[in-house]
Amino acid sequence: MTMGKALAHDSATLHVTGAARYIDDLPVPTGCLHLAFGLSKVARGVITAVDLTEVRTAPGVVRVLTAADLPHVNDISSAAHDEPLLATGEVHYHGQPIFLVIATSHRAAREAAARAKVEISAKDAILTIDQAVSLRSYFEGGPLTWARGDAEAVMPEADHVIEGEIEIGGQEHFYLEGQVSLAEPQDNGDMVVKSSTQHPTEIQHKVAEALAVPFHAVRVETRRMGGGFGGKESQGNALAIACAVAAHLTGQPCKMRYDRDDDMVITGKRHDFKIRYKAGVDKRGRFLAVEFDQFVRCGWSMDLSLPVADRAMLHADNAYYLPNVRITSHRLKTNTCSATAFRGFGGPQGVMGIERVVDHVAHQLGLDPLVVRQRNFYTKSKVQETPYGQPVKGFILPDMVKTLVESSDYHTRRGAVATWNDENETLKRGIALTPVKFGISFTLTQMNQAGALVNVYSDGSITINHGGTEMGQGLFQKVAQVAASGFGIGIGDVRITATDTGKVPNTSATAASSGSDLNGMAVKAAVDEIRGRMARLMGQLYQAKPREVKFKGGKVSVGQEILTFRDVARLCHENRVSLSATGFYATPDISWDRTIGRGNPFYYFAHGAAVTEVVMDRLTGENRILRCDILHDAGQSLNPAIDIGQIEGGYVQGAGWLTTEELVWDDTGRLRTHAPSTYKIPACSDRPEVFNIALWNGKNHVPTIYRSKAVGEPPLMLGISAFLALSHAAAACGETYPNLHAPATPERLFFAAKRAAK
Amino acid sequence: MDIAFLLNGETVNLRGVDPTTTVLDWLRETRGLTGTKEGCNEGDCGACTVMVTDHSGTHPLNGCILFLPQINGKALTTVEGLASPEGDLHPVQSAMVDHHGSQCGFCTPGFVVSLAAGQISGEKDHDLQLAGNLCRCTGYAPIVRAAANAARHPVPKWLRALPEGPEMGPAVNDFQPTSTEALADLLTAHPDATLVAGATDVGLWVNKSMRDLGTVIFLNRIREMQRIEIAPYMIRIGAVATVEALRLAMQKHHPHFAAMLDRFASAQVRAAATVGGNIANGSPIGDTPPPLIALGAMVQLRKGDNTREIPLEDFFIDYGKQDRDTGEFVEAVVIPRDNSPDRLKVYKLSKRFDQDISAVLGAFNITLANDKVTSARIAFGGMAGTPMRAAAVEAALIGKPWTRDTIRKAKWSFAEDFKPMTDMRASSGYRLEAAANMLERYWLEDQDMSTDVREVAL
Repeated sequence: MTMGKALAHDSATLHVTGAARYIDDLPVPTGCLHLAFGLSKVARGVITAVDLTEVRTAPGVVRVLTAADLPHVNDISSAAHDEPLLATGEVHYHGQPIFLVIATSHRAAREAAARAKVEISAKDAILTIDQAVSLRSYFEGGPLTWARGDAEAVMPEADHVIEGEIEIGGQEHFYLEGQVSLAEPQDNGDMVVKSSTQHPTEIQHKVAEALAVPFHAVRVETRRMGGGFGGKESQGNALAIACAVAAHLTGQPCKMRYDRDDDMVITGKRHDFKIRYKAGVDKRGRFLAVEFDQFVRCGWSMDLSLPVADRAMLHADNAYYLPNVRITSHRLKTNTCSATAFRGFGGPQGVMGIERVVDHVAHQLGLDPLVVRQRNFYTKSKVQETPYGQPVKGFILPDMVKTLVESSDYHTRRGAVATWNDENETLKRGIALTPVKFGISFTLTQMNQAGALVNVYSDGSITINHGGTEMGQGLFQKVAQVAASGFGIGIGDVRITATDTGKVPNTSATAASSGSDLNGMAVKAAVDEIRGRMARLMGQLYQAKPREVKFKGGKVSVGQEILTFRDVARLCHENRVSLSATGFYATPDISWDRTIGRGNPFYYFAHGAAVTEVVMDRLTGENRILRCDILHDAGQSLNPAIDIGQIEGGYVQGAGWLTTEELVWDDTGRLRTHAPSTYKIPACSDRPEVFNIALWNGKNHVPTIYRSKAVGEPPLMLGISAFLALSHAAAACGETYPNLHAPATPERLFFAAKRAAK
Repeated sequence: MDIAFLLNGETVNLRGVDPTTTVLDWLRETRGLTGTKEGCNEGDCGACTVMVTDHSGTHPLNGCILFLPQINGKALTTVEGLASPEGDLHPVQSAMVDHHGSQCGFCTPGFVVSLAAGQISGEKDHDLQLAGNLCRCTGYAPIVRAAANAARHPVPKWLRALPEGPEMGPAVNDFQPTSTEALADLLTAHPDATLVAGATDVGLWVNKSMRDLGTVIFLNRIREMQRIEIAPYMIRIGAVATVEALRLAMQKHHPHFAAMLDRFASAQVRAAATVGGNIANGSPIGDTPPPLIALGAMVQLRKGDNTREIPLEDFFIDYGKQDRDTGEFVEAVVIPRDNSPDRLKVYKLSKRFDQDISAVLGAFNITLANDKVTSARIAFGGMAGTPMRAAAVEAALIGKPWTRDTIRKAKWSFAEDFKPMTDMRASSGYRLEAAANMLERYWLEDQDMSTDVREVAL
């Protein structure tokens, strides 16, 4: 049984030898052309003149396209049809593609693109949340409110009312492999597209739309991505469409990859938020009423902003029962890149809001924030409902936190931190424990489905295929383990094949942490089908009941007869039994009405908790994570090594989001942090020196694949403990609440400490 | 230009290459070796890390900002060359598999090459060794576990005693001189030529600004300009000495300078970047000028046969303007030396500790006698258009008792010396306050009080 084994990533040996091929590594087809966009250098304006003469005459240039040259639909958006591939008369952000260069090399295309003379009559750009609010620049016409009870009416009854505001910066994905696509024209004008995408089906649909062909004329293939993190859910559309259109017009294969700076300027990032809060609590710090205003900077087009903002609202409670609550979401349209999916999909910002409130309440009441957390947790004994009406079942956080408090020695260390802070003027320490409860399922219900194709060959070797994409998260290996376990064979007999819209159609994005839940179940269904056929045949051949046929250790046993799996496969073929099956899965028991904010959008919740200890220097605000202890709930883990990898990596990515990763736009709307020289993701030495990770020993209470739980996104929110530990350290510099904003760069922490000391 | 080098043990001869072709592009696009990846094309992510062996040893380098002429006469090892000829994985590769050190795998070849190079050079500090390799998936912990495991293994026999280059030696090129004198003549004849030493900055002009450099003169074959001489009365650092060589040299003489240089970019960048380049490009945020100025360094300039020596602080006239004539080049920098104890402290402030550009870099060299300040040389980067001394602060200290009160008063003088800018790295106000607080830190450290968060143990 390979299920639950800590097997290495399916491509680990290929990774370390450099033999794993990413799209830019594929041998280029003969005559392949290369593309580059020419970008707007103005955040908002009307294009008054485009002189591309020097671009067209630059060495190696084959053709240059503007919006007018596109044969059919000019759109790259996921759904809203509000995002042209090439600008049409107006530009809406600094970095928006205006024209497309087709040249004989990547370098030639980039060099040529730099030669354009584009004149834009600039208009006043809406860049910040405050500007957008004051100009009422909203998507959907205005804010959206969900509520339970009457927070405003109850607020005066509270013993303490705490008000405040926190700014939460966005985040660049910084997948190490930039966006890339390759399109190869086929017979009949069909197109094969290789794309580094989390959503091959959407690429297929958008390419078909751009070429005005049915979906069956476009096949999209994705073997692996060099990281995705949500940044390749919709952001690969532009390149795939550009390649397909260029290939269609030239009849030659076309490849496009963004230079890193272009990638960071063009593509969307995590939404930055400002959250205004007002909380009424009783003397013991228990919530009576909470009001949130979540201001969301969505950028110039809709992209995935509505579901992102929804998920932020859905996580405004995190792990706490809020009896009376109002959550208002302001989805603001600005002249900045269109913010997009990023690991957690709005959830992290929602969780940040309530965790900040808890921290602020605890400071005001002079309590350990952990105590406030524990007093407000959803109860286990009596099932309570979330603000949106979903019963919180299988809520294990109180037990998990209790275990983590002990294993991390939280109370002793918090005491030691206080002693240290009394004795040290310059270096201050902080410690924080934060939990996460994260809802698993796409909030767009129809996306919660998956298909799979399993082929057993007559020599007993197997290929599996499903709609999920591999971006490093180990999905392929986990799903292969499902297949191997189902057939009772070794993992080496299972070949994982590239995601391919020609093999499994109509797939959902690999997103929302859903990959192994959905695709694991779909593959299992196909495996069960084939195994059933095999068992029926064996039963016939050996006069046994099919359920008496056992698959184990590469052998198939029927009574006293033991055959190899290979023999059984051969027998099936000889007896004309199909060895190929599709599988399908649709998540049960979910329903959701986003307009009123009621329903059961999630199949279950995944949980985790982290304790982080930090130290900061008051003189400069420089800081460091000293130690992190995590206890995380992956249900009955499909692969503990892969799950722990997701947890470690998610934590560091989350901590990076809230500390060193600062996106800076200047007053003209130009992104100034458009390369790793200026945008700082965590480096090796930024990881916690002491980093203890443990998996919670428990099964999912609902029947997911082997009772495991999704693990992709939830651990990112464990990084919030680092932020609140820094807030704790800053608070130790004085009596006032430091009002730390994110990301807590040395500069922000420096000024927060000064505020505390006032 | 003509280039001869070893690629994974095999001799490669190239004729007439464009001198600004990068090793990365050549490997991937011409040679079809795609294991080495392009992550950022500016030397900040390490996905393109390759290993280069020459007379000075084995170093990791960023292939994306390494021009082909820079490896002329050297041995290049890529990720494809790490396994044995029979296909046995390098211990670093096995350890990365065993410890789950790869997820998406895109950064992995760079990590593997960095670790393999570090194993050869005997580097034990994995954080230092890997500062220039970014990973977005793993959070680094499994990679460091793999590194620690691999460090227990010897260098595999097939990588021991790597040759320093092809047997016939480097190809000879007019624009790749081998002596200072030849460089002086060449630059006199081609005063507008672009000088390329480590290409850690020039590489970006080519990759990002799409600049055509025109005539390029490569300095990497001038061995005499790579030398660091330690004499009783001075330390003379050749302009083409790498920052890594400077770091190692400073460990004994000015350890705090050396410790700051741990954070001067990454191992890959330090192995390429040169001291002369860091000075000559005139950047206000180069990390070597402030400490050199605080040490009273002189810069030696040469034009043709004429040489002159000026205080380093005088070399920087204004933003983008240095005291360097057309056809003149930085030959060396000289740090005076005497028997007095080392008082230099250097504080680098940036958003991230490693591989980041300084928001503020302060260098303090304050000497005392009888608890009074007898001299003060304080220089900053990031506070003005050039690296600059804090004259008013120095004046506020000299002759005063070395007390908290003196420090408090001297901190007010920072606003006289500096009006720093606000940019994506830091605001003006923060720069000014943090710079002033660095003086306080210097004083606190003199009272044996630690202020370094990196020295705090659990």
